[in-house]
Amino acid sequence: MSIQTENQTITQNTEIVSADNPIIQIRDMTKVYGSDRAETHALRGISIDIYSGEFVAIMGPSGSGKSTFMNILGCLDRPTAGSYILGDEDVSELDLGDLAEVRNEKIGFIFQSFNLLPRLTALENVVLPMLYDARERWSADEKVKRAIAGLKSVGLEDRMDHLPSELSGGQQQRVAIARALVNEPVIIFADEPTGNLDTKSSYEVMVILKSLHEQGRTIVMVTHEPDIATYAQRVICVRDGLIVKNEGETPCR
Amino acid sequence: MKLSTILSIAWEGLKQNKIRSFLTTLGIIIGVAAVIIMLAISAGAEAAIADQINSLGANLLIIGPMRGMPGASKTLVLDDALAINERIINIDGVSAEQAPPSQTIKANNITLEEIQVIGTTSDFPIVRDFPVDLGRYFTSEEDERKARVVVLGTAIAADLFGEQDPIGQTITVGTSKLTVIGVMSPKGVVADIDYDGRIYIPIELAFDKFITASSMSGDRVKTIYVKVSDSENMESIIQQITYLMAERHNVEPYDADFSISTQQDIIATQEATTEAFRSLLGWVAGVSLLVGGIGIMNIMLVSVTERTREIGLRQALGARPEDVLKQFLIEAIILSLAGGLIGVLLGIVGAYLFGQLGGMRTEIVPISIPISFGAAAIIGIFFGFYPAQQAAKLEPIVALRHE
Repeated sequence: MSIQTENQTITQNTEIVSADNPIIQIRDMTKVYGSDRAETHALRGISIDIYSGEFVAIMGPSGSGKSTFMNILGCLDRPTAGSYILGDEDVSELDLGDLAEVRNEKIGFIFQSFNLLPRLTALENVVLPMLYDARERWSADEKVKRAIAGLKSVGLEDRMDHLPSELSGGQQQRVAIARALVNEPVIIFADEPTGNLDTKSSYEVMVILKSLHEQGRTIVMVTHEPDIATYAQRVICVRDGLIVKNEGETPCR
Repeated sequence: MKLSTILSIAWEGLKQNKIRSFLTTLGIIIGVAAVIIMLAISAGAEAAIADQINSLGANLLIIGPMRGMPGASKTLVLDDALAINERIINIDGVSAEQAPPSQTIKANNITLEEIQVIGTTSDFPIVRDFPVDLGRYFTSEEDERKARVVVLGTAIAADLFGEQDPIGQTITVGTSKLTVIGVMSPKGVVADIDYDGRIYIPIELAFDKFITASSMSGDRVKTIYVKVSDSENMESIIQQITYLMAERHNVEPYDADFSISTQQDIIATQEATTEAFRSLLGWVAGVSLLVGGIGIMNIMLVSVTERTREIGLRQALGARPEDVLKQFLIEAIILSLAGGLIGVLLGIVGAYLFGQLGGMRTEIVPISIPISFGAAAIIGIFFGFYPAQQAAKLEPIVALRHE
């Protein structure tokens, strides 16, 4: 029941945030796979704005196009047509190298399967995004310091030298969260962040995401679990490549 | 991205699979070591041949009848040698040699058959760098008066006299009784000639007593050896002798009935026979290096497939295609350079051990080290590029979903 209360406070915040320019502006986005005979229309024309500081959940049945949508939002894939403005930059026309730079600078990823590199320690995994930082903002020492601070903020300061295999699922996902934040992204994409976790770990992870949201972070999360979606202030439902519902706290269906 | 960062990422990648990295490198290690060892062996063989030939006397000119020219063998005579000795300066000595038919020799109730007798002049030990070990060589005066003396090769002395002192003993050579005045130092077999299994007598004595066949009669000699004082003068002395001999033989220098060669000519002839052997070794070693390179490509391709998710994740975190390309290319280059380095060390040690334990003379060819190391580096780049390109071409979403 406490969750419900928090959701209401968040809804109130939305009003203030909505006054700003949207951090994500998508217009008439389509994605077609294959060619000529075997065309699959994964996205059929999506338009949406996401504002700075929002916590958005994307829901939808499998095959709805929500994964495709998430991939394009995360700059891992490019739309067939339509525009995608992330921050102040149209990213729909960028080449692979520039997209990589956008991902590094602006986006933090949290994956369902954590995707930590198995032979690197927790600390080394968190340092990883900074190695690909084209702006070279931090020295080698600062990188390590930032990674340590990041692990502390998710409560893993005593697990820094552990390999992922020596950590529980919940701890691994917390390392992944620290990694997602370390490059100071403008937006965090979480793809089924609790999909591989038990209830307790799911709760821990969602508490962290919620507190990040409260600190003013923008979070977009894909999930198919309605109770997880309730952590978000807005739920977007995708079905057959279209957004069927774009407001409200209740899960789709 | 900084090179140092990529280097450390590539290094981490290799550390993930230490045994496999080592085994991959092994192909290059063996290839590079093989190149160095093979070249060291063939260079050692050539050096051994050159040393043997040089041991027949340094700065030597060898004058013989022009090969294949009718009548040429009749015109090379002892007086030619004497004339060279008198007229040419800057030489240490002249020795003429003639080889009569082999003889049966007897002493101490021991009979040795078919022993090669060599008639020489008194300069022979100096000219041929072949000193007397016991006693002395005969003098030019003894040569002129056909003194009945003989100097034994060390093997002959051992066969006839064993532990006894041979000096002053009398041996029967053919039908002549000769007094032993010296024993040569050991020399062994050089260019198929057993220098220890022969006996040496004054050439005038040889003309007088042992040359019976009319084809060898007179004071004809088989070969004249000239020892030049300074190797710098070789060319000029060859020319002087050519003119002198041409004048004596009444022929034109360009159409001479004799030929003058140096040890270098002989060494070159001998080396030609090892040339094919050497290039075969070189090819074998080169092929093993190539196989090593293919091994690197193979393992890198496996590694790219295995680490597809890692590549996808790195891409998601901001690795550009060229970052991924560099990472895998540098992994391949590290593998091949490490292999090259270890291979060079192993090659040097191996060549040394072959020389010490294998009873084989080896000489490391200095240029083989940079060449084989460079070849390893090029192989790393060449065979590493394709797998690295495959990695860089992966699409992030496909790579991330890879199981």
